[in-house]
Amino acid sequence: MKPPELYFIDGAAPESSAPADAPPPWTETRVVGKAIPRVDAYERVSGTAVYPSDVVLPDMLYGAILRCPHASARVTRLDSAAAERLPGVRAVISGLTKAADVRWYYSRTVFTKLFDPRCRFQGEAVAAVAAETPEQAWDAVRAITVEYEVLPFVVDEREALAAGAPAVHEAGNRVGELERYQRGDVARGFAEADKVVEVSFRTAAEIHTPMELHGCVARWDGPRLTLWESTQGVYPVQQRVAATLEMPLAGVRVIGSYMGGGFGSKLQADKYHVVAAVLARLAARPVKLFLTREETFLCVGNRPPANMRLKAGVKKDGTLTALELTCLGSGGAYPAGGTSLVDWLVRDLYTCPNVRTECTDVYINGGPSRPFRAPGHPQGAWALEQMMDALAAAIGMDPVELRLKNVPAFSQGREGNPPYTTTGLERCLTEGAEAFGWHEARRRPRGSGPVKRGVGVAAGLWVAGGGGPPSTVIVKLFPDGSANLNMGASDIGTGTKTVMAMVVAEELGVPLERIQIENADTGTTEYATASGGSKTVPTESPTVRAAALAVKGQLFDLAAAELKVPATELRIEGEEVASRSDPKARKRIAELEGLRRRGVLVGVGVRGPNPEGKVINPFAAQFCEVEVDTRTGEVRVVRFLSCNDSGRVMNRLTYESQVIGGVTMGIGLALTEQRVFDRQTGKVLSANWHDYKIPTVMDVPPEITSLPIDRPDPAANTTGAKGLGEPVTIPTAATVANAVYDAVGVRVVESPISPMRLAALLAARGTRG
Amino acid sequence: MGHDHDDGRDRCPHGVSRRGFFTAVGAGAIGAATLGRAQAPPGAPAVATGEQVTVKLRVNGRTHRLLVEPRWTLLFVLRERLGLTGTKVGCDRGECGACTVLIDGQPRYACMTLALEAEGHEITTLEGLMRGEELGPVQQAFLEEDAFQCGYCTPGQIMAAEGLLRRTPEPTPAQVREGMSGNLCRCGAYSHILKAVKKASEVRRGAGGEP
Repeated sequence: MKPPELYFIDGAAPESSAPADAPPPWTETRVVGKAIPRVDAYERVSGTAVYPSDVVLPDMLYGAILRCPHASARVTRLDSAAAERLPGVRAVISGLTKAADVRWYYSRTVFTKLFDPRCRFQGEAVAAVAAETPEQAWDAVRAITVEYEVLPFVVDEREALAAGAPAVHEAGNRVGELERYQRGDVARGFAEADKVVEVSFRTAAEIHTPMELHGCVARWDGPRLTLWESTQGVYPVQQRVAATLEMPLAGVRVIGSYMGGGFGSKLQADKYHVVAAVLARLAARPVKLFLTREETFLCVGNRPPANMRLKAGVKKDGTLTALELTCLGSGGAYPAGGTSLVDWLVRDLYTCPNVRTECTDVYINGGPSRPFRAPGHPQGAWALEQMMDALAAAIGMDPVELRLKNVPAFSQGREGNPPYTTTGLERCLTEGAEAFGWHEARRRPRGSGPVKRGVGVAAGLWVAGGGGPPSTVIVKLFPDGSANLNMGASDIGTGTKTVMAMVVAEELGVPLERIQIENADTGTTEYATASGGSKTVPTESPTVRAAALAVKGQLFDLAAAELKVPATELRIEGEEVASRSDPKARKRIAELEGLRRRGVLVGVGVRGPNPEGKVINPFAAQFCEVEVDTRTGEVRVVRFLSCNDSGRVMNRLTYESQVIGGVTMGIGLALTEQRVFDRQTGKVLSANWHDYKIPTVMDVPPEITSLPIDRPDPAANTTGAKGLGEPVTIPTAATVANAVYDAVGVRVVESPISPMRLAALLAARGTRG
Repeated sequence: MGHDHDDGRDRCPHGVSRRGFFTAVGAGAIGAATLGRAQAPPGAPAVATGEQVTVKLRVNGRTHRLLVEPRWTLLFVLRERLGLTGTKVGCDRGECGACTVLIDGQPRYACMTLALEAEGHEITTLEGLMRGEELGPVQQAFLEEDAFQCGYCTPGQIMAAEGLLRRTPEPTPAQVREGMSGNLCRCGAYSHILKAVKKASEVRRGAGGEP
C-alpha cells in the first residue's frame, strides 16, 4: 500500500541533511510544558500585529475577481470595454488578456487556463479588475459583460454516477480507479460474528471559513514579486507562483508572518495570487486582492461530503471480527481527494483481522476541496465511532469497554504492521472515562420531562502527526545574551512561535521576552513545509532544539577558554554559564569576552529523520454530555472532556486552547454546519455565515476540559512531542451523536444533527415529550 | 485625500443616500439606528460614483477630517485610510463582528456603518483601549487567558467585551454569553474568551470601574 498522500506539494520536497548526533531527551524541563501566554500575544491584542490583510502600501490599488455565477457554463463572449472606462480603473484582465494566458494546475496533471472559458463550478474566475478603491473595482466587475452558455450540472455526489448524469469532465465523473484496501477475509469474519450491524452514514460538506479572508497584496520591484499572503506555508505558495509565472524562486518573496486562520484551506497557492500579480504588473502599482466572504464559501476549499456504508461484526465478548466500508465522496469539479483518508480509522484504529474498504471519488460541479483539519478522519469517525456504539449496544457491553477490548499496539492499516512509537489510546479511554465520571453518568436517569440527558464517547487517531524533515532553523545569540529565532514555519494560531521560543529558552536560558522571532518569510527565513497535518511542533521543535544546541556548543567552547574548565563541565544556570563542579567558575553570558568579540553566535538546526519502521500517531478519546429537547429537536452540549495523547505537552496553555478549539469545531460538524446546493440551479445556498452556521459562544459548553496524557515520546523526536491540532477534532462529532443516541435512543446517521432532522426522527419514533 | 487633525465639530452632511441599516452587536446594545441624526429625505439625490465629500471623524479622541465616498464604510476608512488596522474585516456583511468598534460606547459593526453615519459620534477602536504602550484591562485579560488563537477575531471580541463591561460592569455568565454572541471565532476560543471577560470584569471593578 502506498503511504497516504496528505498534502499537495509542487515537485519534490527539498531534503535537509540529517544532524550528526541526536541529543538525549529532556529529563526535566524548566520552561517547556509550563502554561505560558503567547510571545506575540501583545501584538495580537493591541492591534499592532500586521496581518496580510492589514498591509497598506503607498499607491496601492484594490483588486476584485468576476466569478462565474453558474454551476456549469461556458463563456461565449466577454466585453470589458465599459469597465475599462470607469473612474479609477487601472487594469482589467480576462481570458482575452495575453499576460493572463497561463496554465492553472488543479492537480499534478489536470490543468485549465487561469481564466478558462469552461467554468465547472460556481465561483470559477472569469475576469479581474484593479482600481483605486474596492468600490470602484466592484463597479468595474459589474460593468464587464459576459455571455454564458449555461450547461447541465450535477452537484449531488450521490447522483454523479447515475445514467444520464451531466459529465463534469468529458471522460466522465469518476476521478480515478476505485480505491480498495483489504486484509483478511471479511466474509469469514462476518460468519464468525455473534452480531453483525450494517448502517449507512453521511457527513455534509463543510467550509473552512477562517476569520481572515483569503488574499494577498502583490508588489513588483522590477523583475521581483513580493506577496504579503495569508497562508499556512510561505514556501509552497512561493513554489507554485514561481512555477506558474515561470519565474525563478528567488524572484518571488512570500511574507506571511501573521495570518488569521486556515484550517487547511491556506496550505497552497490559489488563482488569486496569480491574478493579483498580473494586475499589479499591468498597472505597475501594488495590488491588494482579498476575496469577499461569499467567495471563500465557493472556491477556496471544503471538507468533502462523505457517504459511508459500514458493516461490522462482533463477538459477544467484544472481539471485532470484520469491518467493511463502502465510501462515496467528491472533491468537487477537479481532483482534490474527495474520499481521501475517509477509511483510515476503519483500517487502523481498532484491532480487527478482517477489513475491506472501497472508496469512490466522483466529480461534481462544486468548488474543489482542500485538506480540512484532519482530512477524512472526522467523517470516518462519524461512521466508525457510531458503529462501535451500536455494536456495544448490540452485545450489551459498555462502549468504553468495547473500545478497550480492541486497542492495537501496532498499525494494522500499514504494510508490515509497524508498531506505534507510543499509543495512548488505552490511557485516553480509561483516564478520560475516570475524569469524566463516565460510569456514574451512564447510570443517571435520562430525565422524566421533555428534555433528556445523555452521554457519549468516541475515540480516534490521526494518520500523521509525527512531522519529519525537511526543516532548517537558525538561532542566533547576541553578546548581551538575547537571542533571535529564525524559522520559516507559519504560526497559524496554534502557538508555534511561543512553543519554539520556549525550546530556545529551555536550552539557552534566555528569557522569552529577550527572544526575537522572525518567521514565515521566504526572503529572510529558513525552509519549512506548510503548517498543516499537525506536524509543525514535531517537525520544528526538534529543529529549533538542534539550532539552540549548536549555539550552546559554541558558547561553551568560548566560556571554557575563559573560565579555564572543560566545556563538557559547563551548563547554563539562569543567565550564567557555570561549571558543574567548581562553584566559582561561572560568568554571565553577557560578560563573555569571546562572545563580544564574535558579535553573534549562529546555530543552524536541521530536522533529523524519523525512526525507521515505526509509526508516530497521536491518539484521543472524548466524552460529552448533551441535553436533547424532544419537543424541538434542539441539542445542547452541556459538558465536554477531551483526553489526548500527543506526546509531550509543550505549553499547557496553548495546548488547552487547541483542544477547546478542535472540540468547538467538531460541535459545528455535529450540529450545524453543511454546505447546501440549490438542486434547481446548482448554486450554493449557504455562502455566508448567516446561512452556514459555525458555532458561536452560545453553542459551546462553557467549560471544555482538556486532559493531556503528558507522556513524552522519545522515539518520535528529540522533544518528544506529537501533533495535536487535528486529533482534537476527529472524534468530536461522533461523541455528540453517541450522546444524542444515549439521551433519546435515536441514531442520527447524517450530519448535522439539526433540530429539523432530529425532530423528524423523534416524531417518526413517537418518542416526543 | 485630505487628512488633518483638529478638535472641531462639523455640521452634518446632507443629500446623501445611505444604506440605512445599522447593526447592533449582541443583544445588549440598545436598539438599532441610534445614530440616525442625518437621515436623508426620501428621494434625495445620490452622490455620483467616485465623488467625494468631506467628513470629520472623531476616533480615539482625535478628530480626522478627510474626503470619503459616501458609500465607504467606517471599516474601510478606519483600516485603509486612517491606518487603524486593529479593526479587522471578516465578512463585510454584518455577520462576524471582527470589525466591532465602540460608537458612543456601544459595540457596533464598522462594516455596517457608513463613515458618514459615524460623523459626530465618538468612535473607539482597539487602539483606543491602549494607554500609551500599556494594554487595557480587557486586552490584558485576553492575553493572560489565551483567549484567542489566530487572533484575527480578537480585536472585535475585545471591543464587544469592553462595550459589555462599560454598561454592565458585573455581568452574569448569561449576560457575558449574550454580550459576546455577535462575534464569531472560527478557532473556537470561546471558552477562554468567557474566562477573559470574567477576569477583565474583576480587574476593572478592582481598579475603580472606569477603563
